[in-house]
This record gives sequence, structure tokens and C-alpha cells, in this order.
Amino acid sequence: MAENRDVAAGRCTAPALAEAFEDLHAPLTDQQAYNEASRCFYCFDAPCLEACPTSIDIPGFIRRIATGNATGAGRTILDANIMGATCARVCPVEELCEEVCVRNTGDHKPVTIAQLQRFATDALFEAGMQPYQRATETGRKIAVVGAGPAGLACAHRLARYGHDVIVYEAKSKAGGLNEYGLAAYKMPDNIAQREIDFILSVGGISIETGKALGKDLSLDQLTTDFDAVFLGLGLGAVNALGLDGEDVDAVEDAVDYISDLRQAGDLSKVAVGRRVIVIGGGNTAIDAAVQAKRLGAEDVTLVYRRGPEQMGATDFEQELAQTNGVIIRHWAMPVAITGENGSAVEMTFEATQLDGNGRLEGTGATFTLMADQVFKAIGQAFDAAPLGGGAAPEVSGGRIVVDENGKTSMNGVYAGGDCIAGQDLTVSAVEDGKVSAEAIHQELSGQNSNKGAS
Amino acid sequence: MADLSTSVGGIKSPNPFWLASAPPTDKEYNVVRAFKAGWGGVVWKTLGEAGPPVVNVSSRYGAVHIGEQRIFGLNNIELITDRPLEVNLREIKQVKKDWPDRAMVVSLMVPCEEDAWVKILKEVEDTDCDGIELNFGCPHGMSERGMGAAVGQVPEYVEMVTRWCKTHTNMPVLVKLTPNVTNILGPAQAAKSGGGDGVSLINTVNSITSIDLDIMAPTPTVDGKGSHGGYCGPAVKPMALHMCAEIARNAGTAGLPMSAIGGISNWRDAAEFIALGAGTTQVCTAVMHYGFKIVEDMIDGLSDWMDQKGYASISDFQGMAVPNITDWQNLNMNYEIVAEIEQTKCVKCGLCHVVCEDTSHQAISAEKIKGERRYEVIDKECVGCNLCMHVCPENCITMRKVDNGKDYMNWTQDPRNPFSNAAE
Repeated sequence: MAENRDVAAGRCTAPALAEAFEDLHAPLTDQQAYNEASRCFYCFDAPCLEACPTSIDIPGFIRRIATGNATGAGRTILDANIMGATCARVCPVEELCEEVCVRNTGDHKPVTIAQLQRFATDALFEAGMQPYQRATETGRKIAVVGAGPAGLACAHRLARYGHDVIVYEAKSKAGGLNEYGLAAYKMPDNIAQREIDFILSVGGISIETGKALGKDLSLDQLTTDFDAVFLGLGLGAVNALGLDGEDVDAVEDAVDYISDLRQAGDLSKVAVGRRVIVIGGGNTAIDAAVQAKRLGAEDVTLVYRRGPEQMGATDFEQELAQTNGVIIRHWAMPVAITGENGSAVEMTFEATQLDGNGRLEGTGATFTLMADQVFKAIGQAFDAAPLGGGAAPEVSGGRIVVDENGKTSMNGVYAGGDCIAGQDLTVSAVEDGKVSAEAIHQELSGQNSNKGAS
Repeated sequence: MADLSTSVGGIKSPNPFWLASAPPTDKEYNVVRAFKAGWGGVVWKTLGEAGPPVVNVSSRYGAVHIGEQRIFGLNNIELITDRPLEVNLREIKQVKKDWPDRAMVVSLMVPCEEDAWVKILKEVEDTDCDGIELNFGCPHGMSERGMGAAVGQVPEYVEMVTRWCKTHTNMPVLVKLTPNVTNILGPAQAAKSGGGDGVSLINTVNSITSIDLDIMAPTPTVDGKGSHGGYCGPAVKPMALHMCAEIARNAGTAGLPMSAIGGISNWRDAAEFIALGAGTTQVCTAVMHYGFKIVEDMIDGLSDWMDQKGYASISDFQGMAVPNITDWQNLNMNYEIVAEIEQTKCVKCGLCHVVCEDTSHQAISAEKIKGERRYEVIDKECVGCNLCMHVCPENCITMRKVDNGKDYMNWTQDPRNPFSNAAE
């Protein structure tokens, strides 16, 4: 007889929930920021700057903090990365700037660049400063599809150059993964929307939500109506496990759950299973597992088919899961799901190992786990269908093909962010948007307008 | 364990660590705590004549912080003791009685009238203290009343008052010198000529710690206004070392007993001043930063270092550095060193390169070899200036002596010097 699913909201008291979902890293105080900034050597040709996908002048902004010029520090960051506030919260800095900080060598502890970046961008926002002014309006119109980090970064840079930008967004809010795809404790205080408000405040950008490419818009029409188009489409599809029984209601996509949680006004209304299994090894898997635990799930087991070194999640994220009581089981893959709608499911896993050629194989040994809720977090995929059946940019390896300027195979059409091949990070999406904006501006500067300026 | 006992101007002390005349030595309570902690002596906070009140303001201190290092320099606008003379005298007498082995020196500042000095000297003698220190250095407040630095900046006054004191008392007299003069030798010579048994230096340096840019006033700020104060702490130690060295190596003042003051924070600082001839050292800012307990490290740090160096007593190394302080013209023009980077310790911050490139001799190259940063000294361009060594945060640059086979030759002997007296 099938066991009923135990999925319930309100497993924690309101104060416990509030504490569980407050800022993962408390903001630095002025004194802490000064002390930490003073640890920076102000390296020549600094490795951190090189490691940053957006090339933020890190020693430059840290020195500004040390001199009490926090707003100047914020401006230095935003000059290179308009989403510096989000990146300060979610960038995997231990694999980027902080990994190469020279203070790792002597001190075994990098300067905490991300925390300082947050301090500086917070200071700029709090001061209510608008460091950017639009250039004289050019009358050029650019369509940006997708209001995620790539699209908004692109839009901001183009708006600064005096171009008019319309950003089309399929969802009801702008922000992309910043708004929908990150753990709530990383992005408290509505920082995603506050950052967007700041970006839009430069002027020249309008956002139209609820407009999806391939449904409400067509690429054909956009290329006709606009001087240029930037595609920041993100990844529209979620990878499936490929198992029978995957479609029962106990099995969900982790990205949907994270999104719903982020949009929930009241976390005490968010239901979570008593026993939760998360399948996958990336940051999305960790975000789902840790949030499930913090919502009050009794047992959360994260199962990954390879070892800790192969996990997409950073060491910090893996440790966060462990210190939050998530059990991580490496070297196991799901092979069967038993259950029906409304019931708890029994998942069977087979232990894995590498064969002589380094390929993953099952060992034949299995174990089972009961779960009231299973989150699939085994990666997302680009969905090319919205590009339409007519003229469309070349897609290869499942992503849109672009050159070093973000230009696709179609004239006047650029792309960036997760829909092109790359690191799939917020920070690299911002860089893609920035690079494409520069290229679009260059291209438009060299020709006369013939579209849309009526 | 080395023998740390020492003396200055006839005043004996079980160790060379005294507390300077300042807020920490204003009353019995503090001084007893200091003696319990192990301090060898104190100079009681300056007494003035009975009568005219001394009143202090708030706030009184300004400080310079660098990075996480608090109080690199401290500035104060506090005056001499604001407690009644008879209370101080009574407490001094009691403490000396209770702690007979410690040096008890009493700092004095009264108007430039012989009678005033005669009067207070008699009162102080009654405390059985070990000696007096004439405060000719205090740069703020009291100088506006014709005392402190107003006396110390005029060698004739220094000599006159010192002589009065030597005439009217048998107590050893230390003369505390102000650094706010163009040449310390003038007042030092005057102290000696007046019969002083020794000098204490340096007093605090005229200073304004900072300007508060919100209220456009100096710090410390007293109701929107500020006054210059006296600067002390680690920041002033190099100036103090220089002035002590000048006294130690000048023929007219060489051998004048010195109680050194100026940014002394640990045993190493103290040892440096002793190496310049000081008999005792006085500390203020460091205890105002960390409390009296730091003397424990000062005692065993100095003792261990002396043991390691084979110095059995303070006099074994006292003044040992003096002969090595000379005029620039006597330096060896043929001495050659170049920087050497210990590559295994280098963290690749590149500061040595950029400072040499931007501000010096373009003698450190920056390269990337297979993506690895590498900084190398270009020996033929290196002039041995040491800048890179000082900026290196990991201390991995040393200066290597180049054996150029050349003999000693100073500037007076150098053929490039048009005034050289090189042998033909």
C-alpha cells in the first residue's frame, strides 16, 4: 500500500524561518571593510582582476574602500560590471578572483573580495547615486530579449550610449536567474529588483514583461523593427532523468521549486517534503537542498553520480550543504522511481565508478531511499524552438553560436549569457551583454539609421 | 638571565623600562599597578606650583591609525597634573616607601622664577624620590604660560633653570628636551652646561593629528575648535633616535646620560636607544594602547636577546651603535649591493616591479612565463636603493653584496667630487 506524501508548509516557526533565510553573509561593518581592505596588497597587474570575467579593477576599488571612498569603489565596480551587487553575493569567487589572490600564498586566506564588493555597491545604492549619464540620444532602437543578467547588462550599456532599448521578458518580472534562480538567503532584501531599478534609472530602457520569443514575438519581426537585437534567452529547458515514473507529482524540477520559493511572499506557506532527495551536483542542487533543509525538511539527501571534485558546486557550496545537515551521497545514480501521484516515492540508486577508460559505470550494487519530494537538478538546456523556423542564428552543441563580439550568424543579431557556450555564471552573462553592447554600438555608429526612428 | 639593572644620571633602576611623565603616572593607583607589573621606574606626571589651577578639557587625544594598526601616532593636549600638589607629594612619598627598589623621578614645571623652583624643590626632596626631571618640553597649554617648551626652546633658559636646580638641591636632575627645535644640540648643551645630570628626550612633537572634514576642525576637537598638541607613539621614534644619536656623537654632549623617550613600544625599540647610549628608556603611548602588562615581554625579550648576543649587562652594549653613526660624506662610495628576489617565497604581487618602474630605476622586470608572473632583478640597472625590499609584503627581497674588489673610498676621497682630497 502506497505511503502518502508528507509535504507540508510551516515546518518551522516564523522566527526560525526568518533566521534561516536571512543574509548568508552578513554585510561588513565600516570597520570590518576597512580592515579587510587594508589587507589588499594593491598588486600590480593584479591576478584577481584578470580572473574576473568582467575585469573589475579590484585593487582599485579595494583601495578606495580603505581610503573611505566607498562610493568611488562602487562606481569602479559598476563601470566594469553593472550587476556588481548581485555578483558580490553569488559569484563563485573561490574559483575566480579570490582563488588567485596573492594573499592565499602567504596568509592562506584571500582578501574577501566579494564581501568588499558588496560593501561598496551597497554604499553606492544607499547614497542614491547615479554615476551614469546617457549620451545624446541617437534615435537607434535595440531589442533585447530576456531581462536576465546578460540582457540587462547589454541594455544598460546601450542606453548609456544614447540608444533606446526595449527589453522583452517572458516572465512577469525582470531579473532572470537573479530573480528566479538563486537561493533566497543569497539575495535577501529584494536586491535583484533594487539592482534592476538602479539599472533602469539611467533612462532609455523599457521592459515589457510577459513577452516570450516564439509566442508573443518573433525574431523575424524584431530584426525588421529594430536596429539590432540581443538575445539573452537563458536556458529554457530542464534535463530529465530519463526514468519511468519521473512524471509523478513527487518529482519536481529544482529550478521551479527555487523560483516558487523566491516568489513566495511568506515562506511559512511554502510546502516542503519531510524526506527530500535532490539529484545533481551543481549550485542549483545545493540551493534546492539547503533551502529544503532550512524550510524544515527532516532528511535531505543530495545524490550525485560522481565525486566531490567533479561537482559543479563550489567547495564553499558543498560545505554549506553539509553544515546545513544535507547528506551528500557521491558515486550513485538513480535507476528507478516507484510511486504514484499523491504517494511518497521509493528511489533506487545504483553505485557508480569509473571504468578503465574513465567512463562512468554502474557497479550493480543498489540502495533505495524513500522521499516525499524529489528535486531534479541535473542541468538545464537551451531551447532553440523560440528562435523560429525562418531565418535563425546558427546553433551548435545546443547553444547559439557567436563570435568574440557576441555576434551570431545573423546580421544585427547578438547573443550572450547562458544561451551561448560558456561558464553559465551571472558574471560571465554580464560580460557577454557588455561586450555585445559595445559591438552593437560600434556597428550602429558606423551606419545610418533606417529603422524604427520614426 | 642578563642583568638588566641600569642607571641614568645617578638614578638607579632594576631595569631600563620606565613610564614617562604622562597620564599613566598621574597618581598612586596607576603607578602601583605599573610597579606590580614590573616597570623599573616612573617619572611622575609633572607637578606645578601650588595655587594656579590646572584644568583640562575633553577630548584630549587624537590618534593616527594605519590599516588595522591602531595608534601609530598619538597626540595629546592634556596639561600637567590637575591634582593638588600636596596630594601628589604625599602619594609619591608613599609609593617610594613601598617600592624602594624602583626609580621614582618627579617631573616639575614651575614658572621661570628662582624662588618658585626653590620652593618646589624643597617640597619634592621630602618625598625621598630618586631624582627630578625638568619639563622643558610640553608643547601645548603650559607653553602659553611661559613654561614647558617655551623654556626648552631657549637654551639660555634651559641652562639657567638647570643651574638653579643644581644649586638648590642634591637630587639628580634630568632635563627633558623638546624636539620642537631646529637643532637638539643647543638645549642639550645648555642642560649639560647648567650642570644637569642627564637629559630625557624627546618630549612630544608639535602636531595636529587630523582635520575633521565634516566640521572643518582639527582633532582632538573641543566644541568645534582644536589646538596643536604633542605627538608621540611609534610614529616619532625615528626622530627620537636621530636626536639621541646627535647628542651621543657630538663632542660637546657625548657621554651625557640619556633617558630615551619616543615611540618605544617593545624591548627591541628600547635596545635601539640603549645602543645609542641611553641608560633608561621611557614609555607612554604603548601602555596607553595596551596597558602595563607589555613590560613583561620587554623584560624577557631584552634579557633573551642579551643572552643570545652574550651581553651580560646593559653597559655591555650601551652606546655600541654610536661609532657607526657618521656623516654622509664618510660613507663608502664603493659599497655595492643589488636586490635579490627569493622566487620561492614571492607571491607575485608585482609591487617591487611597479615601484621600481614608476619611481626608481627600472631595475625589476615583469614577465609572464607560461602564464606565471615572474619578477626579476636586472642587476646592471639596480642601484641598491632597497625600495623594493621595503615594499615587498612577504619580505622575500634581500640585498646581496656585490664583490667588486674595490676598497673603501668615501666622498671626500672620491675623484668625482670636485672638492675631494684624494691623494694625487
